[in-house]
Amino acid sequence: MTATASSAAQVRVRATAEERRAAFVGLILIGLAAFVFWAFGLNVNGDLEATFRLALPTDRYTDIDWVVNTRTLAFVVAGIVGFLGGMQLRRSNVKRTNVMLAVGLVFFALAFLAWAAAGKSFSLVGMLRSTVILSVPVTLGALTGLMCERVAIINIGIEGQLLASAFAATVLGSAFGLWAGVFGAVVVGALLGAFLAWLTIRFRIDQIIAGVVINIFALGLTSFLATRVLAQAQDLNAAPQFASIRIPILADIPLLGPIFFNHNFFIYATFLLVVILHVGFFYTRWGLRSRSVGEHPRAADTVGINVFRTRYRNVILGGLIAGFGGAFLSLTQVSRFEENMTAGVGFIGLAAMIFGRWMPFGALAAGLVFGFARALQQKLGILATPIPSEFLLMTPYLVTLIVVAGLAGRAIPPAADGQPYTKE
Amino acid sequence: MTETVDSPPSAPEETPPKSWQPGWLVRATGVGASLGKTLLMPALALLAALIFGAFIIALTDLDALALLDDEPLGALRQMAEGVSVAYKALFVGAFGSIYGLSETLFAATPLILAGVAVALGFRAGMFNIGANGQMLIGGMAAMWVGLHVTLPSVLHIPLALVAAVLGGAAWAGIAGLLKARTGAHEVITTIMLNFIAFFLVEFLLRIPVFQEPGRNNPVSEKLPPSAQFPEIFGSDYRVTIGLLIAIAAVVFVNWLLFRSSLGFEFRAVGFNPDASRYAGMNVVWLYLGVMSISGGLAGVAGANQVMGLPPYQATPVFAGTIGFDAIALALLGRSHPVGVLWAGLLLGALKAGGRAMQAAAQIPLDLVVVMQALIIVFIAAPELVRVIFRVKPMEKEPTRLTRGWGG
Amino acid sequence: MLANDDVSLSVAPGEILALLGENGAGKTTLMNILYGLYKPDAGEVLVDGNLLRLSSPDDAIAAGIGMVHQHFMLVPVFTVSENVYLGMEPASPVGWLDKRAGSRMVREISERYHLEVDPDALVEDLPVGVQQRVEIIKVLSREARYLVFDEPTSVLTPQEVREFFRIVQGLSEDGKGIIFISHKLKEALEIADRIVVMRDGKTVAEVLPDQVTEEELAKLMVGRPVDLVVRKERAKAGEPVLVVRDLVVLDDRDHRAVEGVSFEVRSGEIAGIAGVQGNGQTELVESIMGVRHSLAGTVSIGGREVTAASPRDIHRMGVAHVPEDRQRSGLIIDFTVTENMILDGYYARPYSRGIQMDWGEAARAANRLVEEYDVRTPSIGTQVSSLSGGNQQKVIVAREFNRDVVLVVASQPTRGIDVGSIEYIHARIVEKRDEGAAVLIVSSELDEVMALSDRVLVMHRGRIVGEFDPETAGTTEIGLAMLGATT
Repeated sequence: MTATASSAAQVRVRATAEERRAAFVGLILIGLAAFVFWAFGLNVNGDLEATFRLALPTDRYTDIDWVVNTRTLAFVVAGIVGFLGGMQLRRSNVKRTNVMLAVGLVFFALAFLAWAAAGKSFSLVGMLRSTVILSVPVTLGALTGLMCERVAIINIGIEGQLLASAFAATVLGSAFGLWAGVFGAVVVGALLGAFLAWLTIRFRIDQIIAGVVINIFALGLTSFLATRVLAQAQDLNAAPQFASIRIPILADIPLLGPIFFNHNFFIYATFLLVVILHVGFFYTRWGLRSRSVGEHPRAADTVGINVFRTRYRNVILGGLIAGFGGAFLSLTQVSRFEENMTAGVGFIGLAAMIFGRWMPFGALAAGLVFGFARALQQKLGILATPIPSEFLLMTPYLVTLIVVAGLAGRAIPPAADGQPYTKE
Repeated sequence: MTETVDSPPSAPEETPPKSWQPGWLVRATGVGASLGKTLLMPALALLAALIFGAFIIALTDLDALALLDDEPLGALRQMAEGVSVAYKALFVGAFGSIYGLSETLFAATPLILAGVAVALGFRAGMFNIGANGQMLIGGMAAMWVGLHVTLPSVLHIPLALVAAVLGGAAWAGIAGLLKARTGAHEVITTIMLNFIAFFLVEFLLRIPVFQEPGRNNPVSEKLPPSAQFPEIFGSDYRVTIGLLIAIAAVVFVNWLLFRSSLGFEFRAVGFNPDASRYAGMNVVWLYLGVMSISGGLAGVAGANQVMGLPPYQATPVFAGTIGFDAIALALLGRSHPVGVLWAGLLLGALKAGGRAMQAAAQIPLDLVVVMQALIIVFIAAPELVRVIFRVKPMEKEPTRLTRGWGG
Repeated sequence: MLANDDVSLSVAPGEILALLGENGAGKTTLMNILYGLYKPDAGEVLVDGNLLRLSSPDDAIAAGIGMVHQHFMLVPVFTVSENVYLGMEPASPVGWLDKRAGSRMVREISERYHLEVDPDALVEDLPVGVQQRVEIIKVLSREARYLVFDEPTSVLTPQEVREFFRIVQGLSEDGKGIIFISHKLKEALEIADRIVVMRDGKTVAEVLPDQVTEEELAKLMVGRPVDLVVRKERAKAGEPVLVVRDLVVLDDRDHRAVEGVSFEVRSGEIAGIAGVQGNGQTELVESIMGVRHSLAGTVSIGGREVTAASPRDIHRMGVAHVPEDRQRSGLIIDFTVTENMILDGYYARPYSRGIQMDWGEAARAANRLVEEYDVRTPSIGTQVSSLSGGNQQKVIVAREFNRDVVLVVASQPTRGIDVGSIEYIHARIVEKRDEGAAVLIVSSELDEVMALSDRVLVMHRGRIVGEFDPETAGTTEIGLAMLGATT
């Protein structure tokens, strides 16, 4: 019996995993649409209107409001989301799955807000502004993780780095002023990064263990010091805060102005950092070499690149970024150090890094998504919705869970991620 | 077949430098675990941690520090005194009296339970950081049975434990399912689930089903006596049957891992999921299975926290930091159930002593947390200990568990 | 002049030296020392009469030594240019990459040495033969005067090997000294000016190709006379056992690796699939064994359709599988010999009753199998990681062949193992065939396929492009098929 080469085109083909996921997302979107239609549309009094304030009292042009009829908006959104879901169910739409999902969720959020604010007035601009602010620690955490993972070192200890550097910022800021606080935070972040690098490179300790150790160590030490030292020396626990800097002209643009152009310098610096890292990784010699170490360290070694030194350097740089994040927390958000004040934001940063596909701009986008979740949680608390506050507090963690659970698709990290390099 | 010489071990040329590495999570653990060999390192690690701890205590002694300029010698003496008071309390609190010993056993009980849970996970290649959340959910499940079912003690307690197992298993199962189906890395998912569990419990403790009537804060009702763990050494000591349950768990996990075919599969998957798949094992179900059993054990630990301690009430923090301590335990015990037992006793001693230290010398309990972190580092990097103590290394390969984020 | 350990070698400019030895003889170690990746314990390296201190690849490169590794040192997600200029990037003082200059450099070398390649292509998208060219360009761009090739032809079709030899000739005519490491006698005889044979870490002979026969070379490599031909009788083929129809399988990146493949294997015959790695063979085998879902088509064994069956079900039907990557798919190297021996049957009697395992039975079985299959191991409780490649493979064969087998699927069964074990495994495979099993061999070593098989199928880009009788067809004909050119 001879072998033949059949024509595959005539054969009926079963669905691939990607197509199944696309269909699954389509179903979710349709489900969401139905939910919106019922819960935010039919179930709502047809007279209720939500007022979205689009300007802050401090803006140049105030009193810009967007008034929507909750029910109408719900129907419109349901229509749009349902349409997107229907499009997803057609097999041809595999590549766009993530985008469709993101767009669908944005519309869902809109309808949800209209429902939550029905009959009330709600500062949409305030929430979007909070989104930007709250995204910063997440983005910085993601950038830290990215710096490390691009050279194939998994850094679970970002949470610990943020916490420890926040502590340093508070104490040094209280004692010696703003810039001392920043300096101290950045140094502490870098030191912990160096520690992680030392443990994983020199002693080849497993990277996740090393990260967990840093977290436990940071938590324990900062809590210990907070109780033993700060409780007595109260004046070391009152850090000064950075003021906002208005960018002239740009800050006066309605809506966009207050959201993007009236912040403290950390936020501008974060945007700048994203750009710098992107350019650095993809257009410079440093970036090429770093990425080679992360993708194929042995190949890098054979062309004379010092794998160990590259890893140390990048992990420490990542630590600097984390330190910067810690300073942001202490010197712009709250002036007291509270035990475990980071509350998981470092881990959310890790999720953002994965969601953002290990790219700086991806980290920024993902950070904004998570920032939105955190802002939502805050603002909903104010709106006094029937949802219990504890469930609202869960929001960022639930969102992270969903994101990481592969609704973001199969993510491919740098190839050598997680393995120590040995010169045999 | 005549062959002149047995061929040398596989040359490096055979294995292409792919990113895949077998046995990532399990390499550290129990491979060739003979307890004698592995006893020296933990001991030295503990010693190193104690030394560091002493420095930390001394350097944060604010009163002594204030004296440093005027009376340096007096300041140093005060520091030394501070350290010795603290450590004396530590040791007495842990070993110095029958009561101390009982406190050690009492503190060790939930640690051992959570520790074998995490160790089991490690063996199968799952990094279960969610023990805290699983304890919370398991504990609440036990709480529910305790509060809403009326049975004599001999039935009530087992039923509550079953509920705890189911609760913890279900919670861990979420992470297991996500990993199996989507490849989501369990480190992040279990940590997120920890937070979610915490808030969920906060919520539950404010609704009438659980909340103590007349209270405004999240506290549950008291459990009836039929659902309380009886003490096994008399009412002077706090040790309950929880300890027996913990030992039973150790025996169970030992049997499971080394004598049962399911355990064989867990270990195989932990070392090499690819070969396991080729050998016909259902890796997806195994991940789910091991997380569930692990979660179930953690759930029992949670039950211990509400049923085994007065005032037999639940607050959102009843799991404490035990979930994280369990990771240290699993590492210390090389992921071997018996090793975890010893490590649990050790850590229990630290905790009991730490409480005494806090009471006697006002040293915050967090110091114990710091020492734990140091112990893990020293265990995970035997070379570090060697450098500090100039000791010959016992094992060559340091602990390695990570494989990266991919599913 | 190059010297090392108690090993001494020399290469002159323009000379092609073949370093011949079987797997594990020490060739790659030697070359890694030369390239600065390992440190020698004793001995010295001299280039053009100058003693060298080689402590890193940089030193080797500076001395004019370039190495083309067996497993390419290329970053898959980078472009060809990026891979070539990595480590010596054209950049401004600040570090800004001049990508255009880089592409230009690659094009120059490519044209000068006739090594066609697209500078901006991503390496992971390139076929293996082209990737090798990138490696060569990389080495040439650093102005190497001595090139070391480690097993360069293991991933090439016969035609690509011809092409490779032409390139090597060109380089040698250009005055470069070439060291060509291989275990393939025929190639050494064809291309080298001189041959040095290594065995067990020592050089045992230095000969000229026109003064030595294949048999003599083989004997030098292994230390005893070697049978280069697999002894087997004519096959007595019976009914079809394995039937594959219109199979379509995706690879990990969702590309179609297998594009509508159909073939059969009968009982009592050995069917071999020849083809360079990466043409879908891996995915085909995975699909047959139930480890990878197929997109379309069917697989039947013994008349029963098993397309959607689990690996365990397929095993239970009497299928023995020797996977291509033994350390990844065939063994759990941290487990003991015993545990690996029962990997296929641990869940049932006699190795376990219900959920409880019977380690006594397992030990008994392991002892028996170790004896029967000549597995050299200190004990059955030894971790399999301590065994040599050949013995590891024997553990797998012992486990898989130790039951009623109707179908054997062996993928790259003798990759990376010593000659003695190769002979043994080939013999056992033929034995199974004669007992009536259907045997499917997949191998990228054409010699092995031709020697073992009764029928040869060639796979190229996911399709079966030809079927040959090994007794009558020649390597040229088959090689053309492997390249996709059907006769």
